[in-house]
Amino acid sequence: MQSLAKLLEAALFAASRPLTLEELASLDPGAGEGGVRAALAELRAAYSDEHGVELVEIAEGWQFLTRREYAETIERAQFALRPRRLSPAALETLAIIAYRQPVGRLEVDEIRGVDSGAVMDKLVERGLIEVVTRGEGLGRPLLYGTTPPFLEILGLKDLEDLPRLEELSVALRRPTPVDEPE
Amino acid sequence: MLRDPGASGFVVELEKFSGPLDLLLHLIKEDEVDITDLPIAKIADQFLSVIAELGLNQAADYLEMAARLLRIKAQMLLPRRLGDDEWEDPRAELVRRLLEYQQIRELVDWLGHAANARAERFGRGYEAPPPDAPPAPLQIDLNDLLAAAERVIALIPEPMLHRVVPRPLDVEGATARIQALLAERETFGWRDAVGPEATLVDVLSTFIALLELAKRSSLTLSQPEPFGPMVITRAISREAA
Repeated sequence: MQSLAKLLEAALFAASRPLTLEELASLDPGAGEGGVRAALAELRAAYSDEHGVELVEIAEGWQFLTRREYAETIERAQFALRPRRLSPAALETLAIIAYRQPVGRLEVDEIRGVDSGAVMDKLVERGLIEVVTRGEGLGRPLLYGTTPPFLEILGLKDLEDLPRLEELSVALRRPTPVDEPE
Repeated sequence: MLRDPGASGFVVELEKFSGPLDLLLHLIKEDEVDITDLPIAKIADQFLSVIAELGLNQAADYLEMAARLLRIKAQMLLPRRLGDDEWEDPRAELVRRLLEYQQIRELVDWLGHAANARAERFGRGYEAPPPDAPPAPLQIDLNDLLAAAERVIALIPEPMLHRVVPRPLDVEGATARIQALLAERETFGWRDAVGPEATLVDVLSTFIALLELAKRSSLTLSQPEPFGPMVITRAISREAA
């Protein structure tokens, strides 16, 4: 393995969160972005088969994660615990914010059909969403967006990893008016 | 119409639903009806029968939906003229919201699966640094303690003490001694006047006594050479004269 790949390996091992390409490039000013990409590819290849961990592209960065097949054993031994599951209400709210961001609380309430204030407060507390700007409307409402930890807990590279709306089985379209009353 | 679960064909636990739209979607799926052509009267009745058991804390959102359903139901019953192009299906807005919500539910499933898959892979653990621990119990030996005590004592500033003593000079005693010497000898030296093993106080006392006696003309003081010993000579006493 070339020395840059070893350096990246050490840094990724030491960090407890995904490191961005920019952060990794700052380790060796001479390497350049292309060099870091090449070294990451080499590192990923080196970890592809022979290891219990693998290098994963996640949350706009890179991180070593254990392979899925060991999850149950590790968890049973209580060496590591799964993060708390998100409630359906939390997932609904996250889905709306992920696709509509930046979006205000009123719009979330409207789409969900229920008051979502408490759920959104909890999501802010967990660092999964944050206030990104203020709207133009009355009272300049706070508008929310998703954060890197949101991508991290879902194992997404970036927001482009979310399914495209056209791919969903339910297409959002205006229903054709029906003439017959029941 | 409302309270008989048998009529709607199922029993529903409201806690399972994240809101009135969720409940509506559930009812629509149970009945296998076309979402774009909602049998609004039937769905409204079922909705009302379910929320009849509602706890007050959840009531507002569900009751608002119930009111909306009843309004749509009423609008559907209004007669309208044939060929009226202006007519807008009162269900349209609700259907749009339901479709939108259904889309969100589909995304929720996707996100849930993604989160579960991610949860099966562990990153390197991170433990926050522990809060400041209380100080460890004291473990020292005698030498440490003494050394520490010395360091503390060394830090105490030197006290500014003034010893107030009674005036130690014995000018009268020195005067008597010199007069005794004058009586014996006409001339003598400083060392004779001061006496052996003189202290600082003796020197001062003797010097002051000599000056005093010189002032009274009992004697004369002379110094034959610079830095040489002082010579004391008996003056010719007026009394004697």
